[in-house]
Amino acid sequence: MKPAPFAYYAPTTLDEALSLLSEHGYDAKVLAGGQSLVPMMNFRIAQPAVLVDINNIPDLAYINAEEGGVRVGALTRHHQSETSPVMARHAPLIYSTMPKIAYPQVRTRGTFGGSLSHADPSAELPTLTTTLDAKFRLVSQCGERWVSAREFFLGLYTTALEPDEILIEGFVPELPPRSGWSLQEVNRRKHDFALAGVAAVLTLDESGICQDARLVFLSVGDHPMYAERASNLLKGQALTPEAIRAATELATTEEIDPGDDIHATADFRRHLAKTLCQRAIEQAHQRAQGKQ
Amino acid sequence: MEATTQKIELSVTVNGTRYERAIEPRMLLSDFLRHEIELTGTHVGCEHGVCGACSVLMDGEPVRSCLMFAVQTQGHEITTVEGLGAVDALSPVQQAFHEAHGLQCGFCTPGILTTVTAFLETNPNPSEEEVREAISGNLCRCTGYQHIVDAVLLAAKKKQAS
Repeated sequence: MKPAPFAYYAPTTLDEALSLLSEHGYDAKVLAGGQSLVPMMNFRIAQPAVLVDINNIPDLAYINAEEGGVRVGALTRHHQSETSPVMARHAPLIYSTMPKIAYPQVRTRGTFGGSLSHADPSAELPTLTTTLDAKFRLVSQCGERWVSAREFFLGLYTTALEPDEILIEGFVPELPPRSGWSLQEVNRRKHDFALAGVAAVLTLDESGICQDARLVFLSVGDHPMYAERASNLLKGQALTPEAIRAATELATTEEIDPGDDIHATADFRRHLAKTLCQRAIEQAHQRAQGKQ
Repeated sequence: MEATTQKIELSVTVNGTRYERAIEPRMLLSDFLRHEIELTGTHVGCEHGVCGACSVLMDGEPVRSCLMFAVQTQGHEITTVEGLGAVDALSPVQQAFHEAHGLQCGFCTPGILTTVTAFLETNPNPSEEEVREAISGNLCRCTGYQHIVDAVLLAAKKKQAS
């Protein structure tokens, strides 16, 4: 339970950090909050030869309201997001989910950019940012690019990040008026990784018809599972119990891919996903109607 | 910007005392506290961030000392259970745990005391539900949580009275 030896760098500028990543490539790992990386190193599942600790680089922790959304810096601690009035106002789905992520001591250290870059399929932030159609700014010595959440998460702990890139910030669009949101999950113990979960956002038109919908599942696939067909099925519909059931059925039979492990069977996860999906759509619908 | 698998000079303040040691980058903060500066009040349980026994305060905020490298504390202030009070001068939180029977074997206690001390600074008058959330990252396997929750609520009362 002790990490293997590594070379440690603590750059104080982004340029230095990027130059180190460019030099060491796949041998290097970025250390942000370390709340996933360090346990993996303690177990020696991860044995990076080089750690680039970005905690001493100033100005990477912020939550700023902007036209159309909120900009979140990579080193923003979960505790900051959990207590930020700006996050509460502009990204209530993220704000209200933060207390469900791990424990207070982990949220002191854990970061926005770290959770996204780690891309655990059971983690909430990858699913929430996919649901909210967020995009991420990836920076390397060669330049920068913006990648949408939907194109960023590729598989188990696998993202669009190149070894010489750092996810430096995210932009989370604000939901339009008459929108509602929900995150539903089941855990063996509160704050544990979810056995299954789903986030939903809905936008209604003035007559109450569903204009836009996104359903994204966690812990039932190797990355956040966007149920595109089920989401499309809801669009243009009055959200009757039948419509909600039909979308739930489609999403949870055809658009998720749960696995078996010691905590739950694939069948049980699918069963949970189905119940949770229905609840998530219902709650998002209520909120979109201003009822919650 | 020094890079090496060789030892690094670390200077860190723990419980108000400045310590300087040459350590390997891979040394966990928990091991630094226990083995290098011999403050064995910080306990080590799971070493992967689940049990909370190793929780200490960094610049007043609760962190898992098993999920940080000691070199990351360069220039920061760490508070361990030894820094909260002394046997003949318990802190209000320690005194409340004593009075409310908030510990049995004591293994989880240092992590809970540090966590609760920080918690009551930001939330001096918590509800029982908030207390349970605050200690959700600390596992106790003997006393059960009821007396621990009682102790935290008592500590809040004591701090407000004083």
